[in-house]
Amino acid sequence: MSAISIFFTALFYISLIVFLVGMARKIYQFWITPAPLKIPTAPTQLTQTGVVMRMAREVALFESLFKSNKWIWLFGWLFHIGLLLVLLRHLRYFWPGDLPEIFLLMQPFKYAAFAMVIGLGGLLARRIFVQRIRYISAPSDYMMLLMLLIIGISGAVMTFTQNHTDVLMVKEFASGLITFDWSNLPTETHFLVHILLVFVLMAIFPISKLLHVPGVFFSPTRNQVDDARKKRHISPWALQQEQEHTVRLEQTLGKDE
Amino acid sequence: MAAKEFDIPELPTYIEIPELKEGVMDGEGPFKSSEEFQEPLGFPGEKIDNWQEVAIAKMGELKSKYRSVQVFLDSCVKCGACTDKCHYFLGSSDPKNMPVARQDLFRSVYRRHFTFAGKYFPKLVGAKELDDDMLDDWYNYFHQCSQCRRCSVFCPYGIDTAEISMAAREVLDAVGLGQKYCNQILGKALTVGNNLGLPEPALKDTLLDLEEEIEEETGVAVKYPLDVKGAEILLITPSADFFAEPHIDGLIGYGKVFHQDGVSWTMSSYASEGANFGMFIGSYDVMRKAALRIRKAALDLEVSRVMVGECGHAWRVAYSFWNTLSGVGAGAADEFGQKLQDQLDHRYPQPQHIIEYTYDLIQKGELEFNKSENDDRTVTFHDSCNVARATNMGGISGGQFILPREVIKAVCNNYVDMERSTIKESTFCCGGGGGLLTDDLMEIRVKGAMPRMQALKEVEKTDGVDTLAAICAICKSQFSKVLPKFDFDPYMIVSVHQLVSDAIVMDKPQTDDSDAADDAEEETTE
Repeated sequence: MSAISIFFTALFYISLIVFLVGMARKIYQFWITPAPLKIPTAPTQLTQTGVVMRMAREVALFESLFKSNKWIWLFGWLFHIGLLLVLLRHLRYFWPGDLPEIFLLMQPFKYAAFAMVIGLGGLLARRIFVQRIRYISAPSDYMMLLMLLIIGISGAVMTFTQNHTDVLMVKEFASGLITFDWSNLPTETHFLVHILLVFVLMAIFPISKLLHVPGVFFSPTRNQVDDARKKRHISPWALQQEQEHTVRLEQTLGKDE
Repeated sequence: MAAKEFDIPELPTYIEIPELKEGVMDGEGPFKSSEEFQEPLGFPGEKIDNWQEVAIAKMGELKSKYRSVQVFLDSCVKCGACTDKCHYFLGSSDPKNMPVARQDLFRSVYRRHFTFAGKYFPKLVGAKELDDDMLDDWYNYFHQCSQCRRCSVFCPYGIDTAEISMAAREVLDAVGLGQKYCNQILGKALTVGNNLGLPEPALKDTLLDLEEEIEEETGVAVKYPLDVKGAEILLITPSADFFAEPHIDGLIGYGKVFHQDGVSWTMSSYASEGANFGMFIGSYDVMRKAALRIRKAALDLEVSRVMVGECGHAWRVAYSFWNTLSGVGAGAADEFGQKLQDQLDHRYPQPQHIIEYTYDLIQKGELEFNKSENDDRTVTFHDSCNVARATNMGGISGGQFILPREVIKAVCNNYVDMERSTIKESTFCCGGGGGLLTDDLMEIRVKGAMPRMQALKEVEKTDGVDTLAAICAICKSQFSKVLPKFDFDPYMIVSVHQLVSDAIVMDKPQTDDSDAADDAEEETTE
């Protein structure tokens, strides 16, 4: 194996471990942090089914964002749906051996790269040209978009221009990562840039704003049922306080005694 | 200290997103609380020496106690969807009043102290140190948020600036930088029983005067019972209802409805406050203490129903938090909570809003109205932010929007809604909520009222609207103050129950036991 292949192979595993451990820790933190009060935001859902449907619309269609700003919604949704389809199609590289037929159906997903790139371009343009969004942007916000944009463009270049890379070699490398049967990878610059950024992005996922992915599911204003009067909602720390009588009415001055 | 001069915003035909004007709302913030008001709440009397250390430790504590804080701090992607949603930004153009920028005052410090990227690459991710300037910005800009939650409706992750704002204020209190207005009021509420510091004898006199006035005017002996043991309903209403205008006309309305229904009811001198300012300062414990007073009053007076008057934040605390804080509801774990729940009549929602009560009576046909009494008015309804975005009424989806409108339509012939993007879940705050209803914050109050005033101006032009009805004590006080600044009649703001009061037909025969207040037993303690 070439030095460069060893480097990328190692980087993949390091990034993957950072990603998995980081995400697990973050999700665990979100999970164990109690939501002491009922704070769903209107339009609230009165049943658990309603909440599941609300969350589904939020995740699949970006419902709140649609209400909020049509341009951000359009670019944001295009990018996310594009990314999802492209990622699904990428499974073919990691799948060891012959592909099941379902992958044939995913073949057209390659065009989703355009949705992804257009969406990212739109978001970046807004970040640069809309004064309000420029004001709230940190360097990392631009960096994140640029990284994704370069990933998208370099991928599209390999797929849609004459600068193809050796797909069979890619498949051998990628599926080898899964089966621990490591092999060399193609060394065209655009391919190396593509996977380098993907691996880096994977590693910074748990320490960046990409945490919005698990975050949305844990958002109390979206995932709570609006049933405070019917069912008592109490957090462990508040219950403990209650049992230990930490807050005593008698301690207030005046007419208590 | 002379109030700062400022321009009253103009009211455009359509709200345009303003150009950013950095620093317009810079300043020292509202008056700071002193030792006198800080200590009873358990906060340091003045800015402590090791404030940085304490503040960071408090942030760590809060993010481990509130999932909202932790998730919201981590999840924002700076998409910008919220940037044009805050009434204070639209009215002031100060970029730090954009919800995300307001949160970032807190988030940048969180990143610096609690995240890998912020510790090692602060410039890259916009992480900042909590220095004196930052703390000043916190004090100033977290007191320019009315915790109205409009931004949360529009955020793709539901990030609620109110939660961050409450957390920031809690940190500020912990280092001795409390807000005078809120903390002084809390002192009164937790000792005397209401935000005005109105003691029992004064309250009793006020209510007796009110009874006389109504009897003179209508010939009907409507009673305002206080501390009546064994009454069916305990009414918890904002203390402004006792004598502020136009609030008191709402209280008159509640009394008339109770009278017509023939139900026995009472107020409590021990817990004579609906508004719970503990929420404004973000303190679970203070909020709980205020809520426990109400539970104690309900237990002492042996009532079977707890009802809440027209008050926005009060209804949020009552509807969403009381069951958690004090067990007004179902499923309590502690002794007093269980006792209360055994005592309450669960055929009714507990707690119940006065609008739900009046609405039910209207549905059952038990109230009669002479709607023409309100024919000189064209009414619109202002959805108070905390009722609209944080509560429900009637147990039906969107009931908090439907019920008040149905009550108004039952008593008025001329009703018009304001523009859809400014009502219901998208309603604009009056500009005075969340602990901002103080004269030292008049500039931000006036500027923040602009979006609501703009929508009102439009229906005034198109439909001749001359009456603005609301169900929140803060909204009513705030509008009385700011309406004239925008060339409206300050008396156009009314309680929904004032409209009810003006149209209700008082045909209930008077009985002796409506004199219950005369032989009211004095409240005794547990």
